[in-house]
Amino acid sequence: MSWLLVLEQCLNGLQFGVMLFLMAAGLTLVFGIMNLVNLAHGSLYMVGAYFATAAFGWTGSFVLSVVFSLLATLAVGMVVEVVALRTLYERDHLDQVLATFGLILFFNEAVAMVWGRTALFTTVPKALSGHLQLLPGLRYPAYRAVIILVGLAVALLLYVVVSRTRLGMLIRAGASNRTMVAALGVNVRLLYTIVFGVGAALAGLGGLMAGPIYTVQPGMGDDILIQVLVVIVIGGIGSIRGALVGAVVVGMVDTLGRAFLKPMLSTTIGPAAANDAGPALASMLIYILMAAVLSFRPQGLFPAARG
Amino acid sequence: MRTLRGAAVLALVAALMAVQARAAEPVKIGFITTLSGPAGVIGKHMKDSVELALDHLGRKVGGLDTEVIYRDDQRKADVGKQVADELLKKDRVNFVAGIIWSNVMLAVAPTVTGAGTLMVGTNAGPHELAGKMCNELYFTTSWQNDQTPEAMGKHMQDQKITDVYVMAPNYAAGKDMVNGFKRYFKGKLVDEVYTKLGQQDYQAEITALRAANPKAVFVFYPGDMGIQFLKQYAQAGLRDQIPLFSVYTVDETTLPAVGDAALGNFEARYWSPDLKNEASQKYVADFKKKFGYTPSYYGAQSYDGILLIDSAIRAVKGDLGNKKGMVAAMRKADFKSTRGKFTYNVNHHPIENFYLLKAVKGASEVEMQIQKTVFENHKDAYYQDCPMKW
Amino acid sequence: MRTPRTLALAVGFVALALVPVVAAALNQPFYLDLVRRIMIFAIAAVSLDLILGFGGMVSFGHAAYLGVGAYAVAIPAFYGVHSGFVQWPLAVGLSALVALVIGTLSLRTSGVYFIMITLAFAQMLYYLGISINAWGADDGMRLARRSQFGGAVDLGNPYVFYYVVFGLLVLLLWLGHRLIHARFGMVIRAARSNEPRLRAVGFATFRYKLAAFVLAGAACGLAGALLTNQTEYLTPSYMHWTRSGDIMVMVILGGMGTLFGPVLGAIVFLLLEDVLAAWTVHWQVVLGPLLVLIVLYARRGLWGLLAGRG
Repeated sequence: MSWLLVLEQCLNGLQFGVMLFLMAAGLTLVFGIMNLVNLAHGSLYMVGAYFATAAFGWTGSFVLSVVFSLLATLAVGMVVEVVALRTLYERDHLDQVLATFGLILFFNEAVAMVWGRTALFTTVPKALSGHLQLLPGLRYPAYRAVIILVGLAVALLLYVVVSRTRLGMLIRAGASNRTMVAALGVNVRLLYTIVFGVGAALAGLGGLMAGPIYTVQPGMGDDILIQVLVVIVIGGIGSIRGALVGAVVVGMVDTLGRAFLKPMLSTTIGPAAANDAGPALASMLIYILMAAVLSFRPQGLFPAARG
Repeated sequence: MRTLRGAAVLALVAALMAVQARAAEPVKIGFITTLSGPAGVIGKHMKDSVELALDHLGRKVGGLDTEVIYRDDQRKADVGKQVADELLKKDRVNFVAGIIWSNVMLAVAPTVTGAGTLMVGTNAGPHELAGKMCNELYFTTSWQNDQTPEAMGKHMQDQKITDVYVMAPNYAAGKDMVNGFKRYFKGKLVDEVYTKLGQQDYQAEITALRAANPKAVFVFYPGDMGIQFLKQYAQAGLRDQIPLFSVYTVDETTLPAVGDAALGNFEARYWSPDLKNEASQKYVADFKKKFGYTPSYYGAQSYDGILLIDSAIRAVKGDLGNKKGMVAAMRKADFKSTRGKFTYNVNHHPIENFYLLKAVKGASEVEMQIQKTVFENHKDAYYQDCPMKW
Repeated sequence: MRTPRTLALAVGFVALALVPVVAAALNQPFYLDLVRRIMIFAIAAVSLDLILGFGGMVSFGHAAYLGVGAYAVAIPAFYGVHSGFVQWPLAVGLSALVALVIGTLSLRTSGVYFIMITLAFAQMLYYLGISINAWGADDGMRLARRSQFGGAVDLGNPYVFYYVVFGLLVLLLWLGHRLIHARFGMVIRAARSNEPRLRAVGFATFRYKLAAFVLAGAACGLAGALLTNQTEYLTPSYMHWTRSGDIMVMVILGGMGTLFGPVLGAIVFLLLEDVLAAWTVHWQVVLGPLLVLIVLYARRGLWGLLAGRG
């Protein structure tokens, strides 16, 4: 019985980690290739959730809403890149942090102006609202299982694209020597716009999948953004592999901390004290983890080799 | 050219200062609430209700020309304090009303009463202001925080429900709610779980909850936390298995987003849109007509707040300098409250009924319906600490 | 070349000094509160600029010291110790200590990692703050009275409090000016442009940077002590990451790497916020793009514009 509970909590941790990965992948890609810190990545996650919710309202089809949301977030990402962020690539990180902080304010308020401040209604599609019997005594919500599968599929796809295709080659080449690639006749500007758009679509994918289980409201991307920043810093900024490992580690640590820290503490320091210390410690856990990792490996777990 | 640019920057600063300064005018109510950010939805409910109250009063509170100045506290205590100072010292308002959050209220109320101005709280009910820090110039048209969970505790105690699993966010209000609940609920608690403030995913806690196998669950999850928790609780298939009792979790600001996931949920509250009395029915009907959505208790108590001010000004025949007279009038609570009968306790907090509500499928959407009265004329637990004598 | 700046400086200094006189004459005491709060954030912004602008250390967790300073006033007050002679040195000392710990760990990293690790530490303190029930948790604590200075200085008097804040701001600017033109400041600024070379020459840059980090933390702690006194309230939300963002915005808006820029930035940012918020609830939709525009087209901030080299 007890080990089943641990297993289920591990699945929960994995699922949360996968969600973080979808966000982290785009963020770390954009950082690794364009050297851009994009705080507005959480806004794209929010935009993805809003587009999916709105499209579901118009069409009534979950699949159509997913397709629409992905394309729309891709488009929004590309527009933002062209209008605001393109000129920031050459700037220092400080300018980037500030400008994208401004974008967060803009997007949160713009969404509130279009859809209002009231949270929107979203729900898990009928086909996925049931449970899967994974093991005797272990049932898992189908929707969350799908999130895990989608996340892992995206990870695999990204790996294949970056390491095995011509586009991936260009991306890697563009990251290490932009001028050289441009001299070879590749349209680096366009390449960057596409990469940013793909990163945005990944964030949108995270957002649209999060919609039915979380709350679709202005500012929904802010909290997860901070956690995603923790993920990519732990993993090593610019590394997809680091993002995956970092996301799963953070997801696990956070989930298992919330689930087991208090019961463990209560056997050592007593239930009353554990009730105070447990939740406080659990909410600080990922930041403690990050500080610890950076103290030993100041470049994260998988430092990206950059020229 | 340089001088020009320099002048432009200085002119910008000067212009901002100038816009800042506006002329002063009589009979003013400063209404502070959260208008920006996600919590702005609550502020909108409150502001719209104030507007409706003004409509019902012919735009004249107490028979006088009225100006209501709305200010945004951004959900920050220091910003709340600043806009309160601005309302008091620059706009020279006669009343300050509103405020959603306990911490903002604790920063603002003493500022307002310290300046000798009347404060009418229309939501936050921190225990300090009901007890030791009670003040002659401070009234509230809402409740004291603990009263609602007390009602739920009493209901569950009366029903002899036991093996209850308790969950709340890990912050002051969360612990206050659980303490209020335990003041009346004496049955067995399986566990008390405090989650991170603003947490989005409760799957880990729900898994642990299911493993603990309780007979009932009591939660306090305001705002977006409630939306998330309810959806995930339903998605985990627990809605049909373990009954959920909550306070400040399901209301008209979150119901549109939760939908069917709230069905069957029990809440405790002093007011609900289906409350049967003339004032309430008029308020709800006119509100829906004017704004096109269902009002919440945040709105009802803001509406009441304006009516309370109206009754005070009428009693002193528009003599706004007569603070003593207005305080005496407000203590009588001589207005048609949306909650029906309304009397003030010695600490200027209402003595009021609390009801058990249930989320049911209405004509078109999920709505809260009153099931029964849990408390009649319920007083808060702190009034004896209040030194005020009438 | 420096004329417009010197002129602006003189005008600004006189204007800030005269605010209480004008407010009293116009019978608008509110402006005392408003400008006092602005100056408090200006102190925080100047302290951040010491490390951010001059030292190139982009701390995204500077609000942590604001919180530490605020707690250092509110906690003694909670236990009945109202003396400012205890509270204020405690605020400065404690923030310096916290900055020492955070700095020691964070300065091992650089670039984005530094931005993020400082953010992480601030978040830890924020969650710690909202978890401690004895000290108000997220509700915070009310300050029964402002810091007492044995009758010598009465902060309850808005005019006295104003000039105390004004004096501290001027003192900080003066000290900052001395510091960055001293050998210490030279090393810090040199480390910003080329740290390896400086190390090769034989400077222990880590120690210099850490010292600057601690000084900045201490000064911001003082701003925190002032802010609790101003609000007469403490809340852990002083440490929220958006607050760190706000302070950073003030620095950049005004012009980083200039001492007076952050003061100008604090004035314009907080006034803008107040005016926009009174004008529309959607003020953030205006403020956001404004920030982007400033970053894109006014890299040296408003103070840079004053100098005429945009």
